Amino acid sequence: MPRDTLTRQIHHLLDEVLLLGSMVEQATLSAVDILRQRDLKAAATLYENDQLINDKRFAIENAILILIATQQPMAHDLRLLAATLEIITELERMGDYAKGIAKVTLQLKDADINIPNRDLERMASQAVNMLHRGLSAFVNEDPNEASAIAGEDAVVDDLYNHIYHHLVETMIANPATIDQYNQVMWVAHNLERMADRVTNICERTVFIATGDMLEMDTTDDEESDGE
Amino acid sequence: MTTQTNENNIIIQANDLSIYYGSFRAVKNVNLGIQRNKITAIIGPSGCGKSTVLRAFNRMNDFVQSAHNDGKILFHGQDIYAPEVDPVQVRQMIGMVFQKPNPFPKSIYENIAWGARINGYKGNMDELVENTLQAAALWDEVKDNLKKSALALSGGQQQRLCIARALAVKPEIILMDEPCSALDPIATLKIEDLMRELSVKYSIIIVTHNMQQAARASDLTAFFTMDEDRAGLMVEYGETSQIFTRPKDKRTEDYITGRFG
Repeated sequence: MPRDTLTRQIHHLLDEVLLLGSMVEQATLSAVDILRQRDLKAAATLYENDQLINDKRFAIENAILILIATQQPMAHDLRLLAATLEIITELERMGDYAKGIAKVTLQLKDADINIPNRDLERMASQAVNMLHRGLSAFVNEDPNEASAIAGEDAVVDDLYNHIYHHLVETMIANPATIDQYNQVMWVAHNLERMADRVTNICERTVFIATGDMLEMDTTDDEESDGE
Repeated sequence: MTTQTNENNIIIQANDLSIYYGSFRAVKNVNLGIQRNKITAIIGPSGCGKSTVLRAFNRMNDFVQSAHNDGKILFHGQDIYAPEVDPVQVRQMIGMVFQKPNPFPKSIYENIAWGARINGYKGNMDELVENTLQAAALWDEVKDNLKKSALALSGGQQQRLCIARALAVKPEIILMDEPCSALDPIATLKIEDLMRELSVKYSIIIVTHNMQQAARASDLTAFFTMDEDRAGLMVEYGETSQIFTRPKDKRTEDYITGRFG
Protein backbone atom coordinates (compact mmCIF):
# COMPACT_ATOMS: atom_id res chain seq x y z
CA MET A 1 0.00 0.00 0.00
CA PRO A 2 1.44 3.37 -0.94
CA ARG A 3 1.88 6.17 1.58
CA ASP A 4 3.70 3.97 4.05
CA THR A 5 5.58 6.98 5.39
CA LEU A 6 2.44 8.98 6.13
CA THR A 7 0.70 5.95 7.61
CA ARG A 8 3.67 5.20 9.86
CA GLN A 9 3.93 8.80 11.00
CA ILE A 10 0.21 8.95 11.79
CA HIS A 11 0.52 5.79 13.89
CA HIS A 12 3.39 7.35 15.78
CA LEU A 13 1.34 10.50 16.28
CA LEU A 14 -1.59 8.52 17.70
CA ASP A 15 0.79 6.80 20.13
CA GLU A 16 1.92 10.21 21.30
CA VAL A 17 -1.71 11.33 21.77
CA LEU A 18 -2.36 8.23 23.89
CA LEU A 19 0.73 9.07 25.91
CA LEU A 20 -0.50 12.62 26.43
CA GLY A 21 -3.88 11.17 27.42
CA SER A 22 -2.33 8.89 30.02
CA MET A 23 -0.39 11.85 31.45
CA VAL A 24 -3.71 13.67 31.87
CA GLU A 25 -5.42 10.61 33.37
CA GLN A 26 -2.61 10.19 35.86
CA ALA A 27 -2.59 13.90 36.76
CA THR A 28 -6.36 13.91 37.36
CA LEU A 29 -6.41 10.84 39.61
CA SER A 30 -3.33 12.06 41.48
CA ALA A 31 -4.77 15.54 41.94
CA VAL A 32 -7.86 14.20 43.72
CA ASP A 33 -5.78 11.74 45.75
CA ILE A 34 -3.36 14.50 46.77
CA LEU A 35 -6.31 16.65 47.84
CA ARG A 36 -7.62 13.85 50.04
CA GLN A 37 -4.21 13.49 51.66
CA ARG A 38 -3.61 17.27 51.73
CA ASP A 39 -0.10 16.49 50.53
CA LEU A 40 1.14 20.00 49.79
CA LYS A 41 4.49 18.89 48.45
CA ALA A 42 2.93 16.49 45.97
CA ALA A 43 0.42 19.19 45.02
CA ALA A 44 3.25 21.62 44.25
CA THR A 45 4.97 19.00 42.11
CA LEU A 46 1.78 18.19 40.20
CA TYR A 47 1.21 21.92 39.69
CA GLU A 48 4.71 22.28 38.20
CA ASN A 49 4.44 19.12 36.11
CA ASP A 50 1.53 20.48 34.13
CA GLN A 51 4.28 22.03 32.03
CA LEU A 52 5.21 18.54 30.80
CA ILE A 53 1.66 18.09 29.50
CA ASN A 54 1.83 21.48 27.79
CA ASP A 55 5.19 20.59 26.23
CA LYS A 56 3.88 17.27 24.95
CA ARG A 57 0.86 18.99 23.44
CA PHE A 58 3.03 21.50 21.56
CA ALA A 59 5.37 18.73 20.36
CA ILE A 60 2.39 16.86 18.89
CA GLU A 61 1.00 20.05 17.37
CA ASN A 62 4.34 20.71 15.72
CA ALA A 63 4.49 17.16 14.36
CA ILE A 64 1.01 17.59 12.87
CA LEU A 65 1.95 20.88 11.21
CA ILE A 66 5.01 19.23 9.69
CA LEU A 67 2.89 16.33 8.40
CA ILE A 68 0.36 18.71 6.83
CA ALA A 69 3.15 20.73 5.21
CA THR A 70 5.18 17.80 3.95
CA GLN A 71 2.63 15.08 3.20
CA GLN A 72 -0.36 17.09 1.88
CA PRO A 73 -2.94 14.86 3.56
CA MET A 74 -6.40 14.71 2.06
CA ALA A 75 -9.87 13.48 3.03
CA HIS A 76 -9.69 11.03 5.95
CA ASP A 77 -6.03 11.78 6.68
CA LEU A 78 -6.77 15.50 6.73
CA ARG A 79 -9.80 15.08 8.99
CA LEU A 80 -7.76 12.92 11.34
CA LEU A 81 -4.94 15.46 11.62
CA ALA A 82 -7.28 18.44 11.99
CA ALA A 83 -9.31 16.59 14.64
CA THR A 84 -6.13 15.58 16.47
CA LEU A 85 -5.13 19.24 16.71
CA GLU A 86 -8.43 19.83 18.52
CA ILE A 87 -8.11 16.74 20.67
CA ILE A 88 -4.67 17.62 22.01
CA THR A 89 -6.01 21.05 22.92
CA GLU A 90 -8.81 19.37 24.88
CA LEU A 91 -6.25 17.18 26.65
CA GLU A 92 -4.04 20.11 27.49
CA ARG A 93 -7.02 21.92 29.03
CA MET A 94 -7.87 18.82 31.05
CA GLY A 95 -4.31 18.97 32.33
CA ASP A 96 -5.05 22.52 33.45
CA TYR A 97 -8.04 21.21 35.41
CA ALA A 98 -5.79 18.78 37.30
CA LYS A 99 -3.38 21.63 37.90
CA GLY A 100 -6.31 23.70 39.18
CA ILE A 101 -7.18 20.97 41.68
CA ALA A 102 -3.57 20.95 42.88
CA LYS A 103 -3.82 24.70 43.34
CA VAL A 104 -6.91 24.24 45.51
CA THR A 105 -4.96 21.79 47.67
CA LEU A 106 -2.18 24.34 48.03
CA GLN A 107 -4.66 27.06 49.03
CA LEU A 108 -6.64 24.93 51.48
CA LYS A 109 -3.47 23.82 53.26
CA ASP A 110 -4.71 22.08 56.40
CA ALA A 111 -8.02 23.97 56.69
CA ASP A 112 -10.40 22.07 58.89
CA ILE A 113 -13.22 21.26 56.50
CA ASN A 114 -14.99 18.10 55.38
CA ILE A 115 -14.17 17.52 51.77
CA PRO A 116 -16.47 15.00 50.07
CA ASN A 117 -13.44 13.02 48.98
CA ARG A 118 -15.27 9.84 48.10
CA ASP A 119 -17.67 11.65 45.75
CA LEU A 120 -14.84 13.62 44.17
CA GLU A 121 -12.87 10.44 43.63
CA ARG A 122 -15.91 8.82 42.07
CA MET A 123 -16.24 11.80 39.72
CA ALA A 124 -12.56 11.68 38.83
CA SER A 125 -12.69 7.96 38.29
CA GLN A 126 -15.73 8.25 36.01
CA ALA A 127 -14.24 11.15 34.03
CA VAL A 128 -10.88 9.38 33.63
CA ASN A 129 -12.64 6.18 32.62
CA MET A 130 -14.56 8.10 29.96
CA LEU A 131 -11.35 9.73 28.77
CA HIS A 132 -9.51 6.44 28.56
CA ARG A 133 -12.22 4.75 26.56
CA GLY A 134 -12.80 7.94 24.54
CA LEU A 135 -9.19 7.93 23.41
CA SER A 136 -9.42 4.24 22.53
CA ALA A 137 -12.51 4.98 20.43
CA PHE A 138 -10.52 7.81 18.82
CA VAL A 139 -7.53 5.69 17.80
CA ASN A 140 -9.85 2.84 16.74
CA GLU A 141 -12.09 5.32 14.93
CA ASP A 142 -15.20 3.82 16.44
CA PRO A 143 -18.04 6.34 16.10
CA ASN A 144 -20.58 4.10 17.88
CA GLU A 145 -18.39 3.70 20.94
CA ALA A 146 -17.61 7.43 20.86
CA SER A 147 -21.32 8.30 20.84
CA ALA A 148 -22.00 5.89 23.72
CA ILE A 149 -19.20 7.39 25.83
CA ALA A 150 -20.48 10.91 25.22
CA GLY A 151 -23.83 9.77 26.66
CA GLU A 152 -22.13 8.85 29.94
CA ASP A 153 -21.43 12.51 30.64
CA ALA A 154 -24.78 12.56 32.47
CA VAL A 155 -23.31 10.35 35.21
CA VAL A 156 -20.63 12.96 35.93
CA ASP A 157 -23.20 15.75 35.78
CA ASP A 158 -25.34 13.94 38.37
CA LEU A 159 -22.37 13.50 40.68
CA TYR A 160 -21.53 17.15 40.26
CA ASN A 161 -25.07 18.24 41.12
CA HIS A 162 -25.03 16.01 44.18
CA ILE A 163 -21.72 17.51 45.40
CA TYR A 164 -22.86 21.01 44.55
CA HIS A 165 -26.01 20.79 46.66
CA HIS A 166 -24.13 19.16 49.50
CA LEU A 167 -21.52 21.93 49.48
CA VAL A 168 -24.14 24.70 49.29
CA GLU A 169 -25.92 23.25 52.30
CA THR A 170 -22.66 23.05 54.19
CA MET A 171 -21.82 26.66 53.37
CA ILE A 172 -25.26 27.89 54.45
CA ALA A 173 -24.91 26.02 57.72
CA ASN A 174 -21.48 27.49 58.37
CA PRO A 175 -20.86 30.74 56.48
CA ALA A 176 -17.34 31.09 57.91
CA THR A 177 -16.22 28.24 55.62
CA ILE A 178 -17.60 29.69 52.40
CA ASP A 179 -14.14 30.52 51.05
CA GLN A 180 -12.81 27.03 51.58
CA TYR A 181 -15.89 25.19 50.34
CA ASN A 182 -15.98 27.44 47.32
CA GLN A 183 -12.52 26.11 46.53
CA VAL A 184 -13.82 22.56 46.83
CA MET A 185 -16.65 23.52 44.48
CA TRP A 186 -14.01 24.36 41.89
CA VAL A 187 -12.59 20.86 42.17
CA ALA A 188 -15.96 19.33 41.36
CA HIS A 189 -16.49 21.88 38.63
CA ASN A 190 -13.15 21.01 37.01
CA LEU A 191 -13.98 17.31 37.01
CA GLU A 192 -17.35 18.03 35.49
CA ARG A 193 -15.74 20.14 32.77
CA MET A 194 -13.23 17.39 32.10
CA ALA A 195 -16.03 14.99 31.22
CA ASP A 196 -17.52 17.65 28.93
CA ARG A 197 -14.21 17.79 27.10
CA VAL A 198 -14.22 14.01 26.70
CA THR A 199 -17.52 14.54 24.91
CA ASN A 200 -15.76 16.98 22.57
CA ILE A 201 -13.15 14.32 21.81
CA CYS A 202 -15.95 11.89 21.02
CA GLU A 203 -17.50 14.42 18.63
CA ARG A 204 -14.17 14.68 16.79
CA THR A 205 -13.96 10.89 16.60
CA VAL A 206 -17.32 10.77 14.85
CA PHE A 207 -16.11 13.55 12.54
CA ILE A 208 -12.97 11.61 11.59
CA ALA A 209 -14.95 8.47 10.84
CA THR A 210 -17.91 10.02 9.05
CA GLY A 211 -17.03 13.60 8.07
CA ASP A 212 -20.07 14.81 10.04
CA MET A 213 -19.67 17.19 12.94
CA LEU A 214 -22.26 16.37 15.60
CA GLU A 215 -22.80 18.44 18.70
CA MET A 216 -23.27 15.83 21.42
CA ASP A 217 -23.09 17.94 24.54
CA THR A 218 -25.88 20.49 24.50
CA THR A 219 -26.52 20.69 28.23
CA ASP A 220 -23.41 22.58 29.25
CA ASP A 221 -21.26 24.58 26.92
CA GLU A 222 -19.97 26.84 29.61
CA GLU A 223 -16.30 27.72 29.22
CA SER A 224 -14.05 28.53 32.11
CA ASP A 225 -10.48 27.65 32.72
CA GLY A 226 -10.76 26.29 36.24
CA GLU A 227 -7.20 27.02 37.17
CA MET B 1 -23.96 7.97 -11.91
CA THR B 2 -25.78 11.26 -12.04
CA THR B 3 -24.54 14.54 -10.71
CA GLN B 4 -25.97 17.00 -8.26
CA THR B 5 -25.43 20.22 -10.14
CA ASN B 6 -27.52 23.22 -10.87
CA GLU B 7 -29.33 22.21 -14.06
CA ASN B 8 -29.92 25.79 -15.21
CA ASN B 9 -26.26 26.61 -15.10
CA ILE B 10 -24.99 23.71 -17.21
CA ILE B 11 -23.06 24.81 -20.29
CA ILE B 12 -22.08 21.40 -21.58
CA GLN B 13 -23.46 18.05 -20.59
CA ALA B 14 -22.32 14.49 -21.29
CA ASN B 15 -25.26 12.06 -21.26
CA ASP B 16 -24.54 8.33 -21.02
CA LEU B 17 -21.32 9.00 -22.86
CA SER B 18 -19.26 5.97 -23.84
CA ILE B 19 -16.18 6.39 -26.01
CA TYR B 20 -14.67 3.57 -28.03
CA TYR B 21 -11.38 3.10 -29.82
CA GLY B 22 -12.37 0.41 -32.30
CA SER B 23 -14.04 -2.29 -30.22
CA PHE B 24 -12.33 -1.20 -26.97
CA ARG B 25 -14.56 0.81 -24.72
CA ALA B 26 -12.26 3.43 -23.18
CA VAL B 27 -14.93 5.32 -21.24
CA LYS B 28 -18.37 4.19 -20.21
CA ASN B 29 -21.67 5.77 -19.22
CA VAL B 30 -20.42 9.17 -18.16
CA ASN B 31 -23.06 11.65 -17.07
CA LEU B 32 -21.33 14.92 -16.36
CA GLY B 33 -22.80 18.42 -16.37
CA ILE B 34 -20.24 21.21 -16.55
CA GLN B 35 -21.26 24.45 -14.87
CA ARG B 36 -20.91 27.80 -16.54
CA ASN B 37 -18.15 30.11 -15.25
CA LYS B 38 -16.74 27.43 -13.01
CA ILE B 39 -13.45 25.58 -13.08
CA THR B 40 -14.07 21.87 -13.21
CA ALA B 41 -11.17 19.49 -12.59
CA ILE B 42 -11.15 15.94 -13.86
CA ILE B 43 -8.79 13.76 -11.85
CA GLY B 44 -8.01 10.07 -11.83
CA PRO B 45 -5.26 7.53 -12.41
CA SER B 46 -3.60 7.00 -15.77
CA GLY B 47 -5.86 5.20 -18.18
CA CYS B 48 -9.10 6.25 -16.54
CA GLY B 49 -10.22 8.09 -19.67
CA LYS B 50 -10.11 11.64 -18.37
CA SER B 51 -8.23 13.05 -21.37
CA THR B 52 -10.43 11.00 -23.69
CA VAL B 53 -13.52 12.64 -22.19
CA LEU B 54 -11.91 16.07 -22.39
CA ARG B 55 -11.12 15.59 -26.08
CA ALA B 56 -14.68 14.41 -26.73
CA PHE B 57 -15.93 17.79 -25.48
CA ASN B 58 -14.55 19.57 -28.56
CA ARG B 59 -14.48 16.67 -30.99
CA MET B 60 -10.71 16.32 -30.93
CA ASN B 61 -11.30 12.55 -30.96
CA ASP B 62 -12.50 12.98 -34.55
CA PHE B 63 -8.82 12.94 -35.50
CA VAL B 64 -8.50 9.39 -34.19
CA GLN B 65 -9.98 7.26 -36.94
CA SER B 66 -11.16 4.37 -34.80
CA ALA B 67 -12.77 6.60 -32.17
CA HIS B 68 -16.54 6.74 -31.88
CA ASN B 69 -19.08 7.55 -29.18
CA ASP B 70 -22.33 6.34 -27.70
CA GLY B 71 -24.52 8.79 -25.86
CA LYS B 72 -24.60 12.51 -26.32
CA ILE B 73 -22.71 15.68 -25.54
CA LEU B 74 -25.03 18.65 -25.39
CA PHE B 75 -23.61 22.17 -25.70
CA HIS B 76 -26.39 24.68 -24.95
CA GLY B 77 -28.69 21.72 -25.50
CA GLN B 78 -27.31 21.04 -29.00
CA ASP B 79 -25.73 17.64 -29.68
CA ILE B 80 -22.23 18.54 -30.86
CA TYR B 81 -21.95 15.23 -32.74
CA ALA B 82 -25.16 15.78 -34.76
CA PRO B 83 -24.52 15.47 -38.51
CA GLU B 84 -25.31 19.11 -39.25
CA VAL B 85 -22.75 20.39 -36.75
CA ASP B 86 -19.41 21.67 -38.07
CA PRO B 87 -16.60 20.34 -35.84
CA VAL B 88 -14.44 23.37 -36.65
CA GLN B 89 -17.12 25.60 -35.20
CA VAL B 90 -17.32 23.36 -32.12
CA ARG B 91 -13.58 23.79 -31.57
CA GLN B 92 -13.89 27.55 -31.95
CA MET B 93 -16.53 27.66 -29.22
CA ILE B 94 -14.71 25.11 -27.09
CA GLY B 95 -10.95 25.75 -27.16
CA MET B 96 -8.17 23.49 -25.98
CA VAL B 97 -4.82 24.06 -24.26
CA PHE B 98 -2.44 21.14 -24.30
CA GLN B 99 0.06 19.62 -21.92
CA LYS B 100 3.13 20.84 -23.76
CA PRO B 101 2.97 24.46 -24.84
CA ASN B 102 2.71 24.34 -28.63
CA PRO B 103 2.98 27.86 -30.02
CA PHE B 104 3.31 28.17 -33.80
CA PRO B 105 6.89 28.82 -34.91
CA LYS B 106 5.90 32.40 -35.69
CA SER B 107 5.95 35.73 -33.92
CA ILE B 108 4.03 36.28 -30.71
CA TYR B 109 1.70 38.58 -32.63
CA GLU B 110 1.03 36.05 -35.37
CA ASN B 111 0.28 33.31 -32.86
CA ILE B 112 -2.76 35.31 -31.80
CA ALA B 113 -3.69 36.83 -35.15
CA TRP B 114 -3.52 33.72 -37.24
CA GLY B 115 -6.44 31.82 -35.73
CA ALA B 116 -8.59 34.94 -35.64
CA ARG B 117 -7.80 35.71 -39.28
CA ILE B 118 -8.75 32.25 -40.56
CA ASN B 119 -11.91 32.46 -38.48
CA GLY B 120 -12.78 35.55 -40.48
CA TYR B 121 -12.08 38.16 -37.83
CA LYS B 122 -12.60 41.60 -39.38
CA GLY B 123 -11.97 43.89 -36.41
CA ASN B 124 -8.85 45.71 -35.32
CA MET B 125 -6.18 43.02 -35.11
CA ASP B 126 -3.77 45.04 -32.92
CA GLU B 127 -6.55 45.54 -30.44
CA LEU B 128 -7.45 41.85 -30.42
CA VAL B 129 -3.81 40.85 -29.89
CA GLU B 130 -3.43 43.29 -27.01
CA ASN B 131 -6.73 42.33 -25.38
CA THR B 132 -6.15 38.62 -25.51
CA LEU B 133 -2.55 38.96 -24.29
CA GLN B 134 -3.88 41.12 -21.46
CA ALA B 135 -6.51 38.51 -20.65
CA ALA B 136 -3.83 35.82 -20.59
CA ALA B 137 -1.68 37.92 -18.22
CA LEU B 138 1.15 38.02 -20.75
CA TRP B 139 0.88 41.51 -22.25
CA ASP B 140 3.20 43.30 -19.84
CA GLU B 141 5.93 40.74 -20.44
CA VAL B 142 5.79 40.77 -24.25
CA LYS B 143 4.33 44.12 -25.37
CA ASP B 144 7.71 45.45 -26.52
CA ASN B 145 8.63 42.26 -28.39
CA LEU B 146 5.53 41.24 -30.30
CA LYS B 147 7.60 40.47 -33.38
CA LYS B 148 9.85 38.12 -31.46
CA SER B 149 9.47 34.40 -32.10
CA ALA B 150 7.04 32.71 -29.72
CA LEU B 151 9.57 29.92 -29.36
CA ALA B 152 11.92 32.31 -27.54
CA LEU B 153 9.48 32.63 -24.63
CA SER B 154 9.81 30.63 -21.44
CA GLY B 155 7.63 27.53 -21.00
CA GLY B 156 5.19 29.35 -18.73
CA GLN B 157 4.98 32.29 -21.14
CA GLN B 158 4.46 29.93 -24.06
CA GLN B 159 1.60 28.25 -22.22
CA ARG B 160 -0.03 31.61 -21.49
CA LEU B 161 0.43 32.48 -25.16
CA CYS B 162 -1.40 29.27 -26.07
CA ILE B 163 -4.19 30.30 -23.69
CA ALA B 164 -4.27 33.74 -25.35
CA ARG B 165 -4.42 32.04 -28.73
CA ALA B 166 -7.41 30.00 -27.56
CA LEU B 167 -9.09 33.16 -26.26
CA ALA B 168 -8.57 35.05 -29.52
CA VAL B 169 -11.31 33.06 -31.29
CA LYS B 170 -13.83 33.95 -28.55
CA PRO B 171 -14.61 30.55 -27.08
CA GLU B 172 -17.09 29.87 -24.29
CA ILE B 173 -15.30 26.90 -22.83
CA ILE B 174 -11.58 26.31 -22.43
CA LEU B 175 -10.40 22.71 -22.10
CA MET B 176 -6.99 22.26 -20.47
CA ASP B 177 -5.19 18.94 -20.65
CA GLU B 178 -2.46 18.89 -17.99
CA PRO B 179 -1.59 22.50 -18.82
CA CYS B 180 1.06 22.85 -16.12
CA SER B 181 2.80 19.50 -16.14
CA ALA B 182 5.72 20.90 -18.16
CA LEU B 183 5.98 24.06 -16.04
CA ASP B 184 7.87 25.00 -12.90
CA PRO B 185 5.92 25.74 -9.69
CA ILE B 186 5.89 29.52 -10.12
CA ALA B 187 4.70 29.33 -13.73
CA THR B 188 2.12 26.78 -12.56
CA LEU B 189 0.72 29.14 -9.94
CA LYS B 190 0.56 31.92 -12.53
CA ILE B 191 -1.54 29.71 -14.80
CA GLU B 192 -3.80 28.80 -11.88
CA ASP B 193 -4.29 32.48 -11.02
CA LEU B 194 -5.03 33.13 -14.67
CA MET B 195 -7.60 30.32 -14.73
CA ARG B 196 -9.35 31.95 -11.79
CA GLU B 197 -9.50 35.30 -13.64
CA LEU B 198 -10.66 33.65 -16.85
CA SER B 199 -13.48 31.80 -15.09
CA VAL B 200 -15.32 35.11 -14.77
CA LYS B 201 -15.89 35.03 -18.53
CA TYR B 202 -15.28 31.42 -19.51
CA SER B 203 -16.03 27.93 -18.28
CA ILE B 204 -12.89 25.87 -17.76
CA ILE B 205 -12.38 22.13 -17.64
CA ILE B 206 -8.94 20.98 -16.57
CA VAL B 207 -7.53 17.47 -16.59
CA THR B 208 -4.73 17.14 -14.09
CA HIS B 209 -2.62 14.47 -12.43
CA ASN B 210 -1.73 16.94 -9.74
CA MET B 211 -4.31 16.59 -7.00
CA GLN B 212 -3.04 19.62 -5.14
CA GLN B 213 -3.65 21.60 -8.31
CA ALA B 214 -7.20 20.30 -8.58
CA ALA B 215 -7.75 21.11 -4.90
CA ARG B 216 -6.26 24.61 -5.24
CA ALA B 217 -7.60 25.71 -8.57
CA SER B 218 -11.00 24.15 -9.20
CA ASP B 219 -14.57 24.71 -8.01
CA LEU B 220 -15.82 21.26 -8.89
CA THR B 221 -13.99 17.97 -9.20
CA ALA B 222 -14.91 14.82 -11.07
CA PHE B 223 -13.04 11.66 -10.09
CA PHE B 224 -12.63 8.99 -12.75
CA THR B 225 -11.18 5.55 -12.37
CA MET B 226 -10.75 2.43 -14.45
CA ASP B 227 -13.27 -0.35 -14.03
CA GLU B 228 -12.41 -4.06 -14.10
CA ASP B 229 -13.12 -4.16 -17.85
CA ARG B 230 -10.50 -1.36 -18.18
CA ALA B 231 -13.13 1.15 -19.23
CA GLY B 232 -12.92 4.52 -17.53
CA LEU B 233 -15.90 5.64 -15.49
CA MET B 234 -16.85 8.57 -13.36
CA VAL B 235 -17.01 7.62 -9.70
CA GLU B 236 -17.84 10.87 -7.99
CA TYR B 237 -18.51 14.48 -8.92
CA GLY B 238 -19.02 17.35 -6.55
CA GLU B 239 -17.74 20.54 -4.99
CA THR B 240 -13.96 20.42 -4.78
CA SER B 241 -14.10 21.28 -1.08
CA GLN B 242 -16.26 18.23 -0.45
CA ILE B 243 -14.31 15.83 -2.66
CA PHE B 244 -11.02 16.61 -0.92
CA THR B 245 -12.30 16.60 2.65
CA ARG B 246 -15.29 14.25 2.67
CA PRO B 247 -15.39 12.11 -0.46
CA LYS B 248 -18.42 9.85 -0.52
CA ASP B 249 -16.95 6.92 -2.43
CA LYS B 250 -14.18 4.74 -1.04
CA ARG B 251 -12.45 4.67 -4.43
CA THR B 252 -12.25 8.47 -4.38
CA GLU B 253 -10.96 8.37 -0.81
CA ASP B 254 -8.28 5.83 -1.70
CA TYR B 255 -7.13 7.82 -4.69
CA ILE B 256 -6.95 11.27 -3.14
CA THR B 257 -5.28 10.02 0.03
CA GLY B 258 -2.69 8.31 -2.18
CA ARG B 259 -3.72 4.79 -1.15
CA PHE B 260 -4.95 3.74 -4.56
CA GLY B 261 -4.06 0.17 -5.45
